[in-house]
Amino acid sequence: MTLLLFAQIILTLFVFVMLLNSAAVMVYVERKVAAYLQQRLGPYRVGWQGVLQPLADIVKLMFKEELRPKAADAFLFALAPIIAATCAFAAFSVVPFGAETTLGGWLPEGLRLQVADVNVAILVVFAIASMSVYGIVLAGWSSNSKYSLLGGLRSSAQMISYELSYGLALASVLLLGQSMSLTEVVNQQQGTWLGFIPRWFVFLQPIGFLVYMTAGIAETNRAPFDFPEAEQELVAGYHTEYSSMSFAMFFLAEYINMVTVSAVATDLFLGGWHGPLLPESFGWLGFLLKVAALLFFYVWMRWTLPRYRYDQLMAFGWKVLLPLSVVNLLATAAGVLYFGA
Amino acid sequence: MAPETLTFYAFGAIAVAASLLVIAQRNPIYSVLLLIASFGALSGLYVLLDAPFVAVIQIIVYAGAIMVLFLFVVMLLNAPHEDTDYDERVHPLLRPGPMRLGALLALVLAAELWWALTRSGDSGRFPAGAVASVRAIGQSLFTEYAFPFEVTSILILVAMVGAVLLARREGHG
Repeated sequence: MTLLLFAQIILTLFVFVMLLNSAAVMVYVERKVAAYLQQRLGPYRVGWQGVLQPLADIVKLMFKEELRPKAADAFLFALAPIIAATCAFAAFSVVPFGAETTLGGWLPEGLRLQVADVNVAILVVFAIASMSVYGIVLAGWSSNSKYSLLGGLRSSAQMISYELSYGLALASVLLLGQSMSLTEVVNQQQGTWLGFIPRWFVFLQPIGFLVYMTAGIAETNRAPFDFPEAEQELVAGYHTEYSSMSFAMFFLAEYINMVTVSAVATDLFLGGWHGPLLPESFGWLGFLLKVAALLFFYVWMRWTLPRYRYDQLMAFGWKVLLPLSVVNLLATAAGVLYFGA
Repeated sequence: MAPETLTFYAFGAIAVAASLLVIAQRNPIYSVLLLIASFGALSGLYVLLDAPFVAVIQIIVYAGAIMVLFLFVVMLLNAPHEDTDYDERVHPLLRPGPMRLGALLALVLAAELWWALTRSGDSGRFPAGAVASVRAIGQSLFTEYAFPFEVTSILILVAMVGAVLLARREGHG
């Protein structure tokens, strides 16, 4: 028991550190992929092929001066990046990323590769995503600058609009999985159809997957939906006035949110750690590969598509994505009722 | 004390303190934030009651959706400080009309609370596990409470149509 508890604590720390690392790796990947898409080399001076660039960036950010506008609300100005970073870390805590393991017989009982197993995990992810908007809104308001305020207001409007489609896409997977626990939804996707097609929900829910990914990009404020920080109009949006480590916290939150959205998409639609080729004990590797593929997709989208106009984004969210996800939910419900789960 | 009792008192204290501070703030933004903190503590209490679904819904609906709209409106109106056009030294009951009404309502609320808290009996108790599982909540919502549920949704629809009508009035004369 104590050994298991100890292993759980180590696992929790491990997830925390890996999330931090993932942000650093994503910064490097983003810059490299962007460079190659634009026929440049990207960072290549610091370390082999520039792999130490994120480290140099972190050192630079740490030594920069922490600035605050004179008329800013000091308490909320300091609180906003903390909310953003906390929500980003908290959301990953309910995401399972591998089958139960005893680490090769080293542990007396199976250890779940998940920080906390909550039986309403999907809703918890959704709830924390809806809380993370406060970080951005408060940053925009407390900076007392017009660019920040407009960035914050846009962001809250955008997140509220896309959360609906996001939630409905989640609901259609819930209907298929017959559970709100992410672990159970993943285990529903074990095995294959006809011997070669993996039983992933993406094949049953192609529209749900597209809606989820689109809304996920909007939720994490990434291009082509990165209006809160549209440079041409708003300088840097809600974090215009931030510098040094408080700016780094927003940056960190953005990348960790990307990782969380991709990890949840992997669990819900891509079979989590169940997959072809790899055995169960190496499921975590398959999980990592799928998350990496989705993250690459994110970066690829950002550097390929131009930004929408703000009214186009709102029209798309309310007039295309939302009706599509409602119809998808109804069709899924009818399908589940007719064919059984 | 058992850890559960301790967490109960901690959450309870946060909820009460945050709610009190909501009405003690001059800056409406802080009021909104304290209300969110209060909702968070309430959600913690739901977890202690073995109702994780209700706890998460509390966060999603109240803290996540409704309070974002509150914050949105407060920010749009950009009212940094509440205006006071009356003498603060006068007792609330002696202030002009609406204030007196507010004080009266507060008194009624206090009396109601006292009545509810001192009443004995277990009429309001749920059978064990009634609110624990999502399945059980869904079942009773769509069978036993189907009528109130549908009436509520129509009420919300009417409110939405009303809001749209009010917002569009100017353009159509």
